[in-house]
Amino acid sequence: MYIIFPEAYRDGHAIPSAVQAQKNSDQMNGKSKPGLNNSTQTKWVEQMEKIQNSQDQTAFAELFSHFAPRLKSFLLKSGASPSMAEDIAQETMATVWQKAKLFDPTRANVSTWIFTIARNRKIDVLRKENRPEPEELPWGPAEEPDQADVLALQQETEKLSEALADLPPKQAELVKKAYYGDLSHSEIATETGLPLGTIKSRLRLALERLRHRMT
Amino acid sequence: MMIKHHLSEKLLLAYSSGNLPEAFNLVVATHISMCDECRIAACAHDAVGGAVLESSDCVEMEPNAFAKTLKLISDQDEPMLNDINIRRSGKSRFPKPLQDYVGGDLNDVRWRSIGMGVKQSILKTSKEATVRLLRIPAGSAVPDHGHQGTELTLVLQGAFVDETDRFGPGDVEVANEDLNHMPIAELGEDCICLAATDAPLRFNSLIPRIAQPFFRI
Repeated sequence: MYIIFPEAYRDGHAIPSAVQAQKNSDQMNGKSKPGLNNSTQTKWVEQMEKIQNSQDQTAFAELFSHFAPRLKSFLLKSGASPSMAEDIAQETMATVWQKAKLFDPTRANVSTWIFTIARNRKIDVLRKENRPEPEELPWGPAEEPDQADVLALQQETEKLSEALADLPPKQAELVKKAYYGDLSHSEIATETGLPLGTIKSRLRLALERLRHRMT
Repeated sequence: MMIKHHLSEKLLLAYSSGNLPEAFNLVVATHISMCDECRIAACAHDAVGGAVLESSDCVEMEPNAFAKTLKLISDQDEPMLNDINIRRSGKSRFPKPLQDYVGGDLNDVRWRSIGMGVKQSILKTSKEATVRLLRIPAGSAVPDHGHQGTELTLVLQGAFVDETDRFGPGDVEVANEDLNHMPIAELGEDCICLAATDAPLRFNSLIPRIAQPFFRI
């Protein structure tokens, strides 16, 4: 497909001001979504929705300027060379656009979703291996997702970020190392010390609703 | 499907964080395709990966990175994806990840006999670990074998019993070096398993010792 982005965005340096202008105009128009607070994660969900609904290029530019530098850092720590990290980060962001409509905010926040895309690409490039993925369930954003469900999942995921920040430094480092792909499976600790119970409950609810819709 | 034996948290974390060899990834992905509980757990571990990504510091991208990304997008011929392809389920149908490796379903597997009616089909993956489909005739035993490293066995059809428990469709057994087991397929239908190991499976003799079908009541 061919998409045309305003000339200004083609220069990476032009993004922040362009994005800032869009943000200001959103605020003036009172466009923020009712029911969602203004946390960063819900902001990314709104940007994803703009890409899904209207192929919004400004929203994509904003996602790019937040996530691409973090992806690059993540990939460097995963053992990629600087040029590989740059390439994988770009490819990951291209996939974010390409697969935008498969993003489901009742099941993952934007960081989680982008992490899974980058992880798979990393395995593909660094290990030259295919990564078998589970069979997809049709729990994509086929219908308008319930905003309360979206908010609940986003909040649970944010609590996970806080829990990670609160771990003793040594333990946090081990968890991060595991996600950089730096440990063999025998080196991985069973207990990460992170509370996964509540987020699992949210995900279970989302899955049960989907199963209900399907029958 | 009532699944009783699930993947361990450790395996799910290793899968989610990309620390497993391809052969193990295949067993994990196939189990998750059959098991909602483990699907949920895998999603939760992915969320930790998202938190790790979010906590990463920033490394500046090349100045033209955004333009290059736009080029990647416009170079792709495919339109923005709209739908996920959902395949119909059926008795002899394999879950999608396994199907990709077999190149089809149960009827398409190219079996090779390994003795005593047991057949196998080794699937092509990276070399750190191996994965195979096993077909054990109803009522027979798998040749007595010990393990080195970890072995993951997922039941796709039928059931087997060993000294630890009974394993039916969707159940996965995680065995390590301590387990020197002798799985026996239940009567009824042939037991078909997907088994991965990170060390060569060693059968204890060329001609398997368990020569007679074993009947279990």
